[in-house]
Amino acid sequence: MAECHPVGFQWVMEAKARGATIIHVDPRFTRTSAMADLHVPLRAGSDIVFLGAIVNHVLSQDKYFRDYVVAYTNAASIVSDDYRDPEDLDGLFSGFDAENRQYDFHTWQYEGREVQAAAAQRDMEYEDRAVRTAGRGEAHGSGGARSGTARTDPTLQHPRCVFQILKRHFQRYTPEMVEQSCGVPPELFARVCDELTRNSGRDRTSAFCYAVGWTQHTVGVQYIRTAAILQALLGNIGRPGGGILALRGHASIQGSTDIPTLFNLLPGYIPMPYAHPDQDLAAFLAAEGTEKGYWANIGAYTTSLLRSWWGDAATADNDYCFDYLPRLTGSHSTYDTVQRQLAGECVGYFLLGENPAVGSGNAKMQRLGMANLDWLVVRDLTMIESATWWQNGPEIETGEMTTADLKTEVFFLPAAAHTEKNGSFTNTQRMLQWHHEAVKPPGEARSDLWFMYHLGRRIRAKLAGSTDDRDRPILDLTWSYPTEGAIEEPSAEAVLAEINGSDADGNPLSSYEQLKDDGSTRCGCWIYCGVRADGVNQAARRKPGREQSWVAPEWGWAWPANRRILYNRAAADPDGRPWSERKALVWWDADEQKWTGHDVPDFPPTKAPDYRPDDDARGPQALSGTDPFIMQDDGKAWLFVPAGLTDGPLPTHYEPQDSPFDNPLYGQQRNPAREVLPLRHPANRMQPSGSEPGAGVFPYVATTYRLTEHHTAGGMSRSLPYLAELQPEFFCEVSPELAAERGLEQLGWATIVSARGVIEARVLVTDRLTPLTVAGRTMHQIGLPYHWGPTGYSTGDAANELTSMSLDPNTHIQESKALACDIRAGRRPRGPARLALLHEYQRRAGITAETGTEI
Amino acid sequence: MGVRTWIEGWPVYRQALGADRTGRGAAAKSRTSETLTPRTETADEVVKSICPYCAVGCGQDVYVRNGAVTQIEGDPDSPVSRGRLCPKGSASLQLTTGSSRVQQVLYRRPHSDHWEHLDLDTAMDMIADRVIAARRDHWQDEQGGARTRRTMGFASLGGATLDNEENYLIKKLFTALGAVQIENQARV
Repeated sequence: MAECHPVGFQWVMEAKARGATIIHVDPRFTRTSAMADLHVPLRAGSDIVFLGAIVNHVLSQDKYFRDYVVAYTNAASIVSDDYRDPEDLDGLFSGFDAENRQYDFHTWQYEGREVQAAAAQRDMEYEDRAVRTAGRGEAHGSGGARSGTARTDPTLQHPRCVFQILKRHFQRYTPEMVEQSCGVPPELFARVCDELTRNSGRDRTSAFCYAVGWTQHTVGVQYIRTAAILQALLGNIGRPGGGILALRGHASIQGSTDIPTLFNLLPGYIPMPYAHPDQDLAAFLAAEGTEKGYWANIGAYTTSLLRSWWGDAATADNDYCFDYLPRLTGSHSTYDTVQRQLAGECVGYFLLGENPAVGSGNAKMQRLGMANLDWLVVRDLTMIESATWWQNGPEIETGEMTTADLKTEVFFLPAAAHTEKNGSFTNTQRMLQWHHEAVKPPGEARSDLWFMYHLGRRIRAKLAGSTDDRDRPILDLTWSYPTEGAIEEPSAEAVLAEINGSDADGNPLSSYEQLKDDGSTRCGCWIYCGVRADGVNQAARRKPGREQSWVAPEWGWAWPANRRILYNRAAADPDGRPWSERKALVWWDADEQKWTGHDVPDFPPTKAPDYRPDDDARGPQALSGTDPFIMQDDGKAWLFVPAGLTDGPLPTHYEPQDSPFDNPLYGQQRNPAREVLPLRHPANRMQPSGSEPGAGVFPYVATTYRLTEHHTAGGMSRSLPYLAELQPEFFCEVSPELAAERGLEQLGWATIVSARGVIEARVLVTDRLTPLTVAGRTMHQIGLPYHWGPTGYSTGDAANELTSMSLDPNTHIQESKALACDIRAGRRPRGPARLALLHEYQRRAGITAETGTEI
Repeated sequence: MGVRTWIEGWPVYRQALGADRTGRGAAAKSRTSETLTPRTETADEVVKSICPYCAVGCGQDVYVRNGAVTQIEGDPDSPVSRGRLCPKGSASLQLTTGSSRVQQVLYRRPHSDHWEHLDLDTAMDMIADRVIAARRDHWQDEQGGARTRRTMGFASLGGATLDNEENYLIKKLFTALGAVQIENQARV
């Protein structure tokens, strides 16, 4: 955090100055470790063992916050009799379909009631839910009743209640297992357990911060799930100083998830519809919505979005143009797109401020995909590798590509900087902050707002008059924004107004509670509704922090409804009183009969703690006054996830795709549901692992990371002289022990090899990396900052030449934080010899198209 | 210039006889540096902004003079950052005004080994034509008996560095065109 979010880290230091204990768990010693009370180096890829063993400690030593756990989590819920745990099936959950490499999760549901997920993969039960609800047939599979009441055991003793299942699931995640698998000594591990549990409960809270060190794994979602289980058991969610905080790496990466440029989502986390026969809006809403909680209002959110996009063309008679939305069939993630490019099915590509030729998993595959396009549009501030691979990419050097043979037409359109346009960024704490235009963009540089608006305008003009049914969605689209100045820059404020939404008379809405499913409201992103309440740009508010309370509610605007801490009803006990005065945030005011406090309550404002719903209640009214998790179908924090995850209801340790070690816990080596792309491309070979023959060819573990002085794939930093001078070239970090083992010299060169690629880096010999003892033997790790490519002032090979396209099945994110590799002294070969070395490694390891792709 | 003034102009003289014995303050100042004022003092206006790098969202004050950005500083009012910027945020003047920025549309023809200039209007028109063609040539009305109403002909990647309003238009336009392969760095 001190490296990649240094200004955010000042608050960690403030906390430390007030007595907080800072624990840093990371394979590398960094600036964060230097300021922490405790640094815990561990083997990259072993975090579920580490966190799972803390869960086991909390459960077996009775360190959990019992009142919180019983009232606010699903610990008491009883799970289907058909559920089988990896403890029973040697690493698999019940319901695994080996042929399709996916789970049928019906056996993970509660007994007595089938719930829907509030996030993640919600289409998994479409047939059951849509078909049954629409009354068009019988339910399929073994799912329970959609409505009804799940059986619970508040004593937490029932052998099939979540609490007992959790205990059994993690029983072999012990300090000894941590030592053997993570390389963390028992004394150090005990100290972590002690510090964390001592600092959690009624009077104290602990926070977990993480970044892509947790997400970029084939089991990334389950890493974060393990932390979620811990924080729910310790009562650290919805309370000040608690939470699981994602430290995101781009100015508006949160915003681009909320208003998603992501294939599987519509604005506000409404799922993109999958293709199903005879699917209408009602069937979609029945399948994707919940019965209880706010997702039961998905109809209001979706209808308001459709009205926002298709305006008066969207009517009740035509299902509000629901049919205009294109449909998904499986994954269409960026990694799937690369495969379609290689297959010649996707011929055009827009890159809008992103540099996949350096920043995406398996950079070579990205370039091969682009080399098979008809046309490519790159919009960026400076010349990036994704625009120049045809000129100076690694494949030109090796002779794999010849410029004259490359057919791709490339357009480079210069982009406007943040100082040259109005607009809002959503930061990592869900807060929107407006930045104002200071000057006009130079030359032909334009904002992406300008580009999209005018591109849309031109396409609509060219298609005007078309009678083709497929052109209706684009011609009926509401696409008229006021423009300003000589360059006709569209008004960002007008777009924000559309996102905020309006009532039937065009007045701005102030809350998503006002949204209706009858077509009378419009709203481009329901969770952002209120950002322009009263017609005022709330994101542009700048009341100085020193003139406000510690919550600073009048700086910017946080979704939803300017709440700064989500699910903050949990900051009070079931009766509505703060768990402790020290940790008071939001509480029930019995005199006023409403929720109040320092933050905006994340709860219906007048729902009393003693409110109990009728049996036939639906939506938010169906949750009781003690259910803080208002987006959930049962109002509870899910320790066990009965729906929504593709790879299991509980986190389970699997080894990374390419690992020097066998899985010490189960016969199942890797995440059985991980995505290994169907295309067995020679540039995306996997490696043998553990005790498989040939695994010894790749004995070390590499992990990629970022530096303070550079930004992601370098497009915004390698072209800046200041930053290039601070970190002038690519390097690798190795321990003195590994340097001795491989003859690596400080400031000399090393060549690093995986089954995908061969790269070279300057050597930094440092005790910031420590050899660990794992499975009884010494193991070395290699640190690889991933910012470089051949353009800019600071150049070098891209670490992503080594990574593979093996993905987390929930998020479709690549595993770049733990991969087995080899390292040798000296520079890499030039020209075709570089490929020859790669092939020699593949031969020595016995790698074929099938290696590492087994379940 | 008298001899006395000349001698007093020596930093070492001022260091030896003045209050600044370590020679790191007033003693080291030249006549030129004494008359310098910070760029922030001569700005025509200060525009409120947010750092474009990571997602902490530090406040920035953008100093403008004669229609050009002259300096970018941390915003002391921000409850997020309290005036601080990291090395990247501090370098954002160079990001926004540096010579590395491309200011013209560039075009590489198929099989060509060089860039050429294309005016923006022509480029926009060519891109619009290509979108329409790719969309049409790779259109899919249904798959496996289910309506898909989409095109797989073109894809888009990027958005995490852009504004919410920009992401909104990307998603809205491309979805209305029937594209589903719309992605950004959040996936990576």
